Amino acid sequence: MPQEYRLILKNADTPGYTPDLECYLRHGGYEALRKALALAPKALPDGKSMSGPEQIREDVKVSGLRGRGGAGFSCGLKWSFVDRRSGKPIYLICNADESEPGTFKDRQIIHKDPHQLIEGMIISCFANDVKLAYLYIRGEFPEGARILNRALKEARAKNFLGKGILGTAYDLEIHVHRGAGAYICGEETGLIESLEGKRAYPRIKPPYFPAILGLYQCPTIVNNVETLCAVKHIVAMGAAEYAKLGTPNNTGTRIVSVSGQVRKPGYFEVEVGKATIGQLINDFAGGLREGRKLKAVIPGGSSSKVLKAGEKYKLKKKGPDGKDFEQEVEMLDLPYDFDSLMAAGSMSGSGAIIVLDDSTDIVGALANLSEFYAHESCGQCTPCREGSLWMSKALHRLAHGQGRKQDADYLLKIADNIPGGRTICAFGEACSWPVQSFVGKFKDEFVARGEADEARHAAAGPGREPASTSKPQH
Amino acid sequence: MSFTVPPTLAAEIDELISHYPGQKRSASLMLLHAVQEHFGWISPAATEWIAAKLDLQPINVHELVTFYPMFRREPAGRHVIKVCRTLSCALGGSHALHAHFCQKLGLDAHAHGLQTTPDGKFSVEFVECLASCGTAPVLMCNEEFHEGVTTAKADEIMEKCA
Repeated sequence: MPQEYRLILKNADTPGYTPDLECYLRHGGYEALRKALALAPKALPDGKSMSGPEQIREDVKVSGLRGRGGAGFSCGLKWSFVDRRSGKPIYLICNADESEPGTFKDRQIIHKDPHQLIEGMIISCFANDVKLAYLYIRGEFPEGARILNRALKEARAKNFLGKGILGTAYDLEIHVHRGAGAYICGEETGLIESLEGKRAYPRIKPPYFPAILGLYQCPTIVNNVETLCAVKHIVAMGAAEYAKLGTPNNTGTRIVSVSGQVRKPGYFEVEVGKATIGQLINDFAGGLREGRKLKAVIPGGSSSKVLKAGEKYKLKKKGPDGKDFEQEVEMLDLPYDFDSLMAAGSMSGSGAIIVLDDSTDIVGALANLSEFYAHESCGQCTPCREGSLWMSKALHRLAHGQGRKQDADYLLKIADNIPGGRTICAFGEACSWPVQSFVGKFKDEFVARGEADEARHAAAGPGREPASTSKPQH
Repeated sequence: MSFTVPPTLAAEIDELISHYPGQKRSASLMLLHAVQEHFGWISPAATEWIAAKLDLQPINVHELVTFYPMFRREPAGRHVIKVCRTLSCALGGSHALHAHFCQKLGLDAHAHGLQTTPDGKFSVEFVECLASCGTAPVLMCNEEFHEGVTTAKADEIMEKCA
């Protein structure tokens, strides 16, 4: 059985570990920042030299770090897109808008080890010549915002922030900015609009790639909390050492949130790809409850496509002879990493597994998620604004005894017509994927529910309510 | 409409605006939070005051109040209970929990949006994911977060509210 590998959460749950600066310093805090600031220019074979910040950017690339917020995009590559010749200031924003249903990892870092995040942010800002950065935290984390503000104050007092940080010529200020309950603020361009004091309407790309035209139309980096913490460890341990953690192309550690119908829900930091979905559910999260069987797994936050128990997927592997071969893998044996989940037609997203056992009303579960998306669509693009609401309404009636047998096809038709370049941002995909996968994979249950409702209504006679309706579970 | 901001809040607001050099508009959300924390809601007069403070038109602030779910356009109860509605909490019994609050407080569990008791003591609402799915069901009572909330724990939370 694989073990947890606690890198980012190394101290967070240690008894006696507190979120204040003194405690962080006692545990080697801000040593990585000192190391980063002290990096001497490195001579290159071609006679040129590489500055300290350039070396950190290169290290992040070499480390293979992929964004932990949802898309899994290479962090080093993201940084390399930043327009450094525009003459405009470069901004960095920490995305602490943790709102993808199923995800509760950033909450742990913010509440228990805020200085680690701040150190990761300062190093990332130094590496990218950022002088002003914001920490965008969701409005529902008032305590988290207070903890971060306190930590920033402590860091300023010790000159980890402010003018001439630790005797260098580097200046940086970080401020906390609170959201106010809108999921769409997790989308980076929506977040930027929100930080500019507007409705969080995502921007169209091109031309508004944050790396070029971000906050105040300046080059901007938006990174997730966990990603920024990983940067600290890359600097502390070296990119090559960091890259040894995890599996090829899926390096480092990842905090996986497991919730739903398991005995011991929780968060577990593991080397990426070293644990399978089955091990995360059964070994780490205590397995299913007494007498229950697995029905489905939502593998990467509520937007990811659901995986049905017993499904098999084909993964591309490299043999010892260097040749590619295909391996058939059962759902529970899927390594929990970016590439395997993508090969299975889903994604590891924000690293959040929601487990559904055989007691779950699958129609009710999807109705619950669709209500979330209908509520959270920003309303900017018609297919998403209208489609998410239609899907939610259809699912609501199916879950409340008012369904029709054609509802399953109706849902699929709507879901198929929202994503695929019809909307400005990926929310269109995010609201469709659960519907496409739930209805696609459990279609018989959706059809049966609609047929039963129709039959009951027919038996009751025209214009009359049937005696009993199926009871909504969720 | 007169709208008076006490000196401590005014100082807090000036400090917040200073976090966005040359970009006052960015302070909108933080000002709305500060005003709502003090007054309990965002009145039309408050909207106009914030707009003037940030050199904006009232509509620029009003459209934020209508967009962001956390801002209220009418007063809520003295204690606001937000029960998480989304999947993991629903699987963990949040609907029963929400119904328990409503039943105890004489509110309609099926009504949409925030429900306030006639004495203005409590408001109860369902909100979307509060990012603590591993300890479902969870809720926030004012700014305090509670996890693994049983009906007994729910009663305790209500009793503690003065």
